[in-house]
Amino acid sequence: MSKYLLDKFLFTVDRDPELVERYRSEPRATVEWWEAEYAGRILGCHAGEASTWQRFDDVEREALAAHDYPKLFELGAHPFLTLTLFIAMFERDHAEPLGFQREYARRLAHHTLPYPDIAT
Amino acid sequence: MAELVAVIASTHHPFYYRASTSTGAERPPFADEWVRKVEAFRETLTRARPDVLVMVGSDHFHQLWLDNMPQFLVGKAPCYDANFHNEEREFGLPRMLVRGEEDLSAHLLRGGLDLGFDLAFSNELRIDHSITCPIITLRPQNDLPIVPVYTNIFAPPLPRPGRFVQLGRAIRELVESWPDDRRVAVIGTGHLSLELGGPRQFGPHGPDPEFDRKAVGWISSGDLEGCLAEVTLDSLWNPGNATHGFMDFMLMMGVAGEGRKADYVDTYDLFHTMEAYFTWYPNGGGRP
Repeated sequence: MSKYLLDKFLFTVDRDPELVERYRSEPRATVEWWEAEYAGRILGCHAGEASTWQRFDDVEREALAAHDYPKLFELGAHPFLTLTLFIAMFERDHAEPLGFQREYARRLAHHTLPYPDIAT
Repeated sequence: MAELVAVIASTHHPFYYRASTSTGAERPPFADEWVRKVEAFRETLTRARPDVLVMVGSDHFHQLWLDNMPQFLVGKAPCYDANFHNEEREFGLPRMLVRGEEDLSAHLLRGGLDLGFDLAFSNELRIDHSITCPIITLRPQNDLPIVPVYTNIFAPPLPRPGRFVQLGRAIRELVESWPDDRRVAVIGTGHLSLELGGPRQFGPHGPDPEFDRKAVGWISSGDLEGCLAEVTLDSLWNPGNATHGFMDFMLMMGVAGEGRKADYVDTYDLFHTMEAYFTWYPNGGGRP
């Protein structure tokens, strides 16, 4: 279980416009590629000095591959990262202003305090 | 010595720029009143005639990341580029370039370390909307050099609320001991109750109007004792999952001083979160 790696996926995809589109259109393939090629990159280090041990567990991988943002919330992914990336991918599909953001809230409505722990 | 001419605490609503610049059918119904309030707030800074701005905010996972996360960081650079791709994408914020005041940065770093704050620093910092929003609202001509101060209100484990207040007091002491004759304003932005990426987000008001009412009371009356008695890292989850940004308001109460009533207070109840604007004039000079 790695909340950090979930957050790293959301963070690195969000900041790259090409990856945002790839993740929107081919989520499963993008998650597989990212875990194989990108998960170990240390962002401030040379590519040859990557981490060797970063892996998703099956539940995390499936939540990302299924665009299942309620599950990401439940797993303790940082809600700001999830929200920002999913707005970038899906706000365009809603005609009403804030339509996606409100649907997002509705799909999490079963959660009560305390929310899942987001500490990494 | 430098003079602290204004202390300003504000929310930083990233939608203000788009709302205030949109026209016709695009312009939201709340925009005109929002602009009126912001322009009145801006006048409280203009009146203080600052030369330099110390700007307290919090990086929203832009440059600062979980592989190397500082709790408190001071920028020390001649310039700061500003705003990030995802802020252009989601909020329509413009790219900006802000001048830095390195001598005051160095003074805050040296003095802060000597006062017991193990401050991180950055010589190449791109600042985000927690600092550019108050430039857009309070100093849109963007003509003054700044010292950015970033706090971690975002990635647990966080410093406790009392530590934010202590840092605010230290920033005041250090600004007032800066061997320079310029006029300094300290501007900090945070949140009242706020939910992001949770079930209470984007409602018709902030997620906890009762917390907001109490928070505005603490800030406007300078009631640090009452605020610190109620606000903890655990309690801040209750009003909304992003409400730890309120600790930046507590830092600004530390700058303003215990028991120091704000000279200017305004609020605006918007969808999603309440706007709140506060100005103190430490030496009374900017009062109308």
